[in-house]
Amino acid sequence: MNSVVLARSSAGMGQTSSSVTGRARARRSPLPGFGLSLGFSLTYLSLLVLIPLAALFLHAAGLGPSAIWHELTSHRVLHALALSFGGALAAAAINIVFGTLIAWTFVRYDFVGKRLFHALIDLPFALPTAVAGIALTALYSENGWLGAPLAQLGIKVAYTPVGIIIAMVFIGLPFVVRTLEPVLEEAEKQLEEVAATLGATRRQTVVHIILPTVLPALLTGGALAFARAVGEYGSVIFIAGNLQNVSEIAPLLIMIRLEEFNYAGATALASAMLVLSFAILFAINMLQGWRRRHG
Amino acid sequence: MANRYRNSLVEPAPIRWLLIGVTLLFLGVFLLLPLIIVFVQALGHGVEAFFGAFADSDTKAAIKLTLLTAAIAVPLNTVFGVAAAWAIAKFEFRGKSLLSALIDLPFSVSPVIAGMLFVLLFGAQGWFGPWLSAHDIKIVFALPGIVLATVFVTFPFVARELIPLMQAQGTEEEQAALTLGAGGWRMFWHVTIPNIRWGLLYGVLLCNARAMGEFGAVSVLSGHVRGLTNTMPLQIELLYNDPGAYSAAFAVASLLALLGFVTLALKNFLEWRHGDELAALRGN
Repeated sequence: MNSVVLARSSAGMGQTSSSVTGRARARRSPLPGFGLSLGFSLTYLSLLVLIPLAALFLHAAGLGPSAIWHELTSHRVLHALALSFGGALAAAAINIVFGTLIAWTFVRYDFVGKRLFHALIDLPFALPTAVAGIALTALYSENGWLGAPLAQLGIKVAYTPVGIIIAMVFIGLPFVVRTLEPVLEEAEKQLEEVAATLGATRRQTVVHIILPTVLPALLTGGALAFARAVGEYGSVIFIAGNLQNVSEIAPLLIMIRLEEFNYAGATALASAMLVLSFAILFAINMLQGWRRRHG
Repeated sequence: MANRYRNSLVEPAPIRWLLIGVTLLFLGVFLLLPLIIVFVQALGHGVEAFFGAFADSDTKAAIKLTLLTAAIAVPLNTVFGVAAAWAIAKFEFRGKSLLSALIDLPFSVSPVIAGMLFVLLFGAQGWFGPWLSAHDIKIVFALPGIVLATVFVTFPFVARELIPLMQAQGTEEEQAALTLGAGGWRMFWHVTIPNIRWGLLYGVLLCNARAMGEFGAVSVLSGHVRGLTNTMPLQIELLYNDPGAYSAAFAVASLLALLGFVTLALKNFLEWRHGDELAALRGN
């Protein structure tokens, strides 16, 4: 595909749909620039995302199934995968419970400090992960503000899987709250009023009216938080302590394999993680499709 | 009767207070305390030590490298985001939903894996490794690699903000401009861009915050050469692991935390001031 053709087709106003990408054809739009914008997007996407990802899977295919199997079934690798996916699942569950509660509180109630706290919800998106990582470690280490009292209760957080889950909760929280809020805002209060006039208790209304309305969004938000937590590196590695077979997450093990120049090991583990993550992404898309059809 | 009706519309006061309390406690512990402790630790050894941390030449170099990386990666992804949003929001074509899904792909790739992709392509043992070293071009463990990794992890931000916004705006205003005789680029600069500017700014802000703060992907590709290929987040890690530089690590971290804080403040300002124009973004 050459850029001269693309540029010319965008210059010839109003008849762009006949250009370049034969399979993807614009229909019924009188606007210009379809060929140029789509051509540029596809080229950029291919060069920076698709080709590099394809290279990884080709590399993995080149290793052969038995070598990949061998790499993936070592105790250390299995532990790292179980910790990353299990920790992310636990964190997503915590975020679903508290994220729902938080979104509900913000949408339905007024209280002092609401604006400030509401603005803070996106902090995990805006705060660099390494900063979050050392901040959480400072908080939860044995002489930290939260770590010291917890240690007196016999709970050790930093350098254990508990610390990993806390970092994953931090990084995933906005996904759940932000996915849920608009749905709660748009939920028709009339339905609740109808339920109330028909004699439903508040608990019945919440369980039978509100919960089914928000459930798809809740699952979507939870899945997004899960996907992010599985691959998370910066905010986790400082608080994790990175003990082999105890608190070593899969992304860190990939990093270690790369530093050992063990590209076969790194490729096998990365491919396994990606296949699992893409399956989750696929599930999210299915969910959203389902939500659109039935929402 | 009226009372019972009301009771089944709102939660009893104790439950309300409990929910508000749990919300404030959870957000306080999980979000507010980490933000506060960064600044407390940064200033733990006094203001002089705080500013002293930035006199270090390696730290200065790291700040410069971070700014340079963002200055390359953010405009690239902004141009891509506008182009992709234009194609997806204003036209119907086959494979459109697949394209939208592919744009979001980098969000579900671990940053470490993102960095690794480019090592497999451009590293010494990678596909293009021998050719690159024969031509004396360095990508891995140098600026181009750091930029590539940053572009990858910040890839979807601008497009994601613009697609729903431009879809909601439709094509009528652009069509009117064309009917009135405007050329394609004139229509784009005078109709489309003013319509999407706040959404665009919003996307660029988030993209920039992530670009300056990216750690995992850049860590794989940087090679960690002090004063040369260390970005700010990598410099924070290096200082943090140096027992004598604990508060210096937090001093540099506080600068990035400030960036995050400003990003949040601007984001909330945009939502408050231009909420109507950004309304299409909600529910997304």
